[in-house]
Amino acid sequence: MADVQKFKTAAETGLAERFSQARASLPGDAAARATAFARFTDSGLPHRRVEEWKYTDLRAAMREAAPLAGKLDDKAAAAAIAGATRFAEIDAVRIAIVNGHVAASASDLGALPAGVEITTLSQALAEGHPLLASLGAIPEAADNVAYALNAAFMTDGVVIRVAAGAKVEKPLHLRFVIDGEASATATRTLALVEEGASVTLIESHECADGVAHQPNDVLEIVARDDTKVEHLRIDAHGDAALALSTLTAYLGARVAFDTLNLVTGPALMRHQVYMTFAGDHTTGAVRGATMVTGRQHADTTLYVNHVAPHCESRELFKTVIDGDATGVFQGKIAVARTAQKTDGKMMSSAVLLSEGGTMNNKPELEIFADDVLCAHGATCGQLDDDLLFYLMARGIPRPEAEALLLESFLGETVEEAVGEENETMRETLMAPIRAWLSARG
Amino acid sequence: MPAVQDTIDRVKAIDVDQYKYGFETILEMEKAPKGLNEDVIRFISAKKDEPEWMLEWRLEAYRRWLTMQEPSWARVSYPKIDFNDLYYYAAPKMNEAPKSLDEVDPEILKAYEKLGIPLREQEILAGVEPKNRVAVDAVFDSVSVATTFKKELAEAGVIFCSISEAIREHPELVKKYLASVVPVSDNFYATLNSAVFTDGSFVYIPPGVRCPMELSTYFRINEKNTGQFERTLIIADKGSYVSYLEGCTAPQRDENQLHAAVVELVALDDAEIKYSTVQNWYPGDSEGKGGIYNFVTKRGDCRGKNSIITWTQVETGSAITWKYPSCILRGDGSRGEFYSIAVSNGRQQIDSGTKMIHLGKNTTSRIISKGISAGQSENTYRGLVSAHRKASGARNFTNCDSLLIGDRCGAHTVPYIESKNASAVFEHEATTSKISEDQLFYCMQRGLDEEEAVALIVNGFVKDVLQKLPMEFAVEAQKLISISLEGSVG
Repeated sequence: MADVQKFKTAAETGLAERFSQARASLPGDAAARATAFARFTDSGLPHRRVEEWKYTDLRAAMREAAPLAGKLDDKAAAAAIAGATRFAEIDAVRIAIVNGHVAASASDLGALPAGVEITTLSQALAEGHPLLASLGAIPEAADNVAYALNAAFMTDGVVIRVAAGAKVEKPLHLRFVIDGEASATATRTLALVEEGASVTLIESHECADGVAHQPNDVLEIVARDDTKVEHLRIDAHGDAALALSTLTAYLGARVAFDTLNLVTGPALMRHQVYMTFAGDHTTGAVRGATMVTGRQHADTTLYVNHVAPHCESRELFKTVIDGDATGVFQGKIAVARTAQKTDGKMMSSAVLLSEGGTMNNKPELEIFADDVLCAHGATCGQLDDDLLFYLMARGIPRPEAEALLLESFLGETVEEAVGEENETMRETLMAPIRAWLSARG
Repeated sequence: MPAVQDTIDRVKAIDVDQYKYGFETILEMEKAPKGLNEDVIRFISAKKDEPEWMLEWRLEAYRRWLTMQEPSWARVSYPKIDFNDLYYYAAPKMNEAPKSLDEVDPEILKAYEKLGIPLREQEILAGVEPKNRVAVDAVFDSVSVATTFKKELAEAGVIFCSISEAIREHPELVKKYLASVVPVSDNFYATLNSAVFTDGSFVYIPPGVRCPMELSTYFRINEKNTGQFERTLIIADKGSYVSYLEGCTAPQRDENQLHAAVVELVALDDAEIKYSTVQNWYPGDSEGKGGIYNFVTKRGDCRGKNSIITWTQVETGSAITWKYPSCILRGDGSRGEFYSIAVSNGRQQIDSGTKMIHLGKNTTSRIISKGISAGQSENTYRGLVSAHRKASGARNFTNCDSLLIGDRCGAHTVPYIESKNASAVFEHEATTSKISEDQLFYCMQRGLDEEEAVALIVNGFVKDVLQKLPMEFAVEAQKLISISLEGSVG
C-alpha cells in the first residue's frame, strides 16, 4: 500500500485500492498483472505534460475510479442485452459481453461458423491457453497507461481463432453492454486470423446515458499472411461515460486489413490504434468518423509502424464538432529503414460548427527510409458557405442543408470501409451518423 | 521515390567536410573569467557600460535561470552541457571603442573580407547600384566591431546600432520593447540569454519610413571555449518597412560551442519586417566532432493591425539546431510567413519549425518548409498553428516537404494544429498536390509533365523569397534554391 502515498488524485488512489482488492480474484498470471500495474504506478494517470496525452488530460478528467463491475447472473445479463436494442438487428454471430464478462446465454457460441473457435478470456487465462502467446504482439503498446491498466484489470473477453484458409462469411459481432450503477470494465479480446483466412469483426458498445461508466477495452488482432480482416467499431457509450479503447493490429505479409471507428457517445473517449506492418505487400486502412457535442471530448491516437517493405497504409479521419466539444487527432506514421517502398497517406479533416468547439490535430511523420511516399494532411474549418448556399438556393432549409453536407462528409469513411455490395452494413453504420445529425436538429 | 542525382550532387557540395569558413583569426582577446555566476554578469554589464536597471534585469534573469531545467522534448541528443565551462564574454582587445573603421583591428577586417562581408562603405559603393547597398553590423564573438552607413540611416531617422549602444543611447525604446515579445523566463535558453547577452543589433524604423537600404548583421564566433549570446531587437513603427538579414559562421574546432540567441521583432500598425537568416555555423566534421549548438529563440509580434512579419531561413550549419522563428498575430488582419530550407549533412541534428499564433481577426499565415537530410543526420520539422477563440477568419496554409538522401538519415514532421474558432480555416499539406490547378495546367499545357511542373512552381515560389537575399550573404542559399524536392517523402 506504500505506493498509494505518491499518487496525487483520488482516481489514482482509487485505482490502486481497486487493484489490491481485486488482484486475488482476477484470473491468470498474477505476476503479469502486477508488472502491468507497476507501469501505472510508475507514472500515475497521464496528464497534459505527457506528450502522448497532451490534448487529453486523463488525470484531470478522471475524478474517481469507479468500482470494477461484477458478473451478472444469466437472467440479469439476458435482460441487459434485451434492453440494448440499437445494434441488435445486425445479421451476425453474436457474442455478448455484459459488464465485462461474456454472457454465454445471450451469445451464439454454440453455433459458430466452420473454422472459428472461441474461448472466453477468463477460461483461457485460467487454463493458460496456448493462443494467449499471441497477446502483446505489439510491444510498444505495453508502455501505454490505458493498455497497462487493461492488462492489470482485464476480467474477460474472448479469444477467437479463425483457422487457416477459413472464409468466414457471417460477421462476428461483439456486443458490449454495461448495465447498472457506474462501474469500470476491462475486457480483452484476441483475434488470431491464421494464414489465408478472412473474417469480419464488429464491435458495438452501449450503456445508458447519465451513468459514469468507465470502460477500458482492448482488442488485439493478429493477421497472419494472406488474410483479409475487416473490423468495424461503433462507440455509442452513454453521455457520461469515460471510455478508453485500444486496438492493436499486427499484420503479416499480403494482408488486407481495414478498421473503422464510429464515435457518437461518451463524455470522454480515447481510441488508440497500434498497427504494425510486419510482412511485405500488406495494405492497412484505419478510418474514423467522430461526432461530438456539448462538452464531449474525443481523442483518436494512431501509431502506424512500417517495418516491412512494399506496404500501403491509409488513414482517413473525419470529425464534426458542435457545442463546446473538443476533437483530437494524433497520428504518427513511422517508417523504419527496412520499410522501403512504403506508401502512406494520412488525412484528418474537421468541421467546427460552433463558437465553442476546439480541434487539435497532430499528424506526425517519422521516416528513416529514403525510397518511400508518405503524405499527411490536416484541415480544419467550418462548412463551405458556397455549398450551403447552393443547397439553400434550391429551397432546402439550412439545418437540412447542413445535415446533408455533414452526412456526406462523415459518410466518406463508411463508404471507403464497406463495399457497395454490402448495402445492409452501410445502412447499419450510417444509422448512428444520421441519428446524431437529426438529434442536432 | 529516391532523390534525383542533381539534388544529391548539390547537397554533397555543401557537405560538412566542405565547410569554407573554418579559419581562425588570431587576436589578443579579453575574456571574462570562465564560468557563470553573478560576478561574471556584473563584469559583462560593466564592460558594456550599462545603466543600473540593465544589470538588475540581467541578475533577475540569472536567478530565474538557476531554477529552470534544460528542455528535452526536441529530437536532438547531445552530451550534457557544462554551463560553467564556458567563457561568457570574449572580445578583441581594444583600448577604447573604435570611432571609425580605420581604428578596427586590421585582422578583424581581414576576417570579414575573407568571409566576403564588405565593411568599408566606399568598397560597397564602388561599382554597385546605390539601391543594392547593405548596412552591416559586424558582431565578433561578444562585441559589435563595426556598424556601417550609420550616418545615412540616421538621416532617414532609422536607428541601427549594436544593442549595447542602444541600451546607453535609447533606453526608453529598449525598456519599452526588450523582452516584450520573448519574456525573460520564456524558456531555458532565452533566460540564459537574458542574463548574459553580450551584443547584437538594435533597429528602430520610425513611422512611415521605408528603410533606405537592407540592414544586416554578421555574426562570427572566433574564440574557442566561448559561447555567443546575442540579442537582436527590431521595431518597425507604424507604416514602416525594413528588410534585415543575418549571417553566421564559426571556425572549425573539435569542441562544441554554444550559441543561444534571442531575436525579438515588433511590427506596429501597417508595418512590415522581413527577417532573413543564412545560418552557416560550423557543423562539426563528418564524424560529428565539434560544431556549434545553435539554441535560438526567435519571435515576431505583429502587434499592430495589418502588420506583416516574414521569416526566411536557410539552415545548413550547426551541429545541433533548435530554433522556431514564430509569429504572434495579434493585430487584426496581420500576416505571418515562414519560409525555410534546412539541409542536414554528416551527423547534424536539426529540430526546427515555426509557430503561428492567431489571436486577431482575419489574420493569415503561410508556412513553407523544405527539409533535406543526408549522411547520418536527423532533420525534424516541428510546428504549431493555433487559432484562439477570437481569431475569426484566421487562415493558415502549411506545406512541409522532406527529402532523404541515403538510408542512414531520418526526416520527421511534427505539426501541431489547434483551432478554437469555427471560422478559422487551417490546411496542412505535406504533399505538393495542393498547388494551384491553374498554374499546373498552364505549365503542363506547355509540355512539362506534372512532376516538372510541380517542381517548377514550388521552386519558383521559394526562389522568389530567397532571391531577396544579397549575393554576398548567400552563396549557399543561391545554390540551394534550385534543389528539387523530387522524391519528397512528404
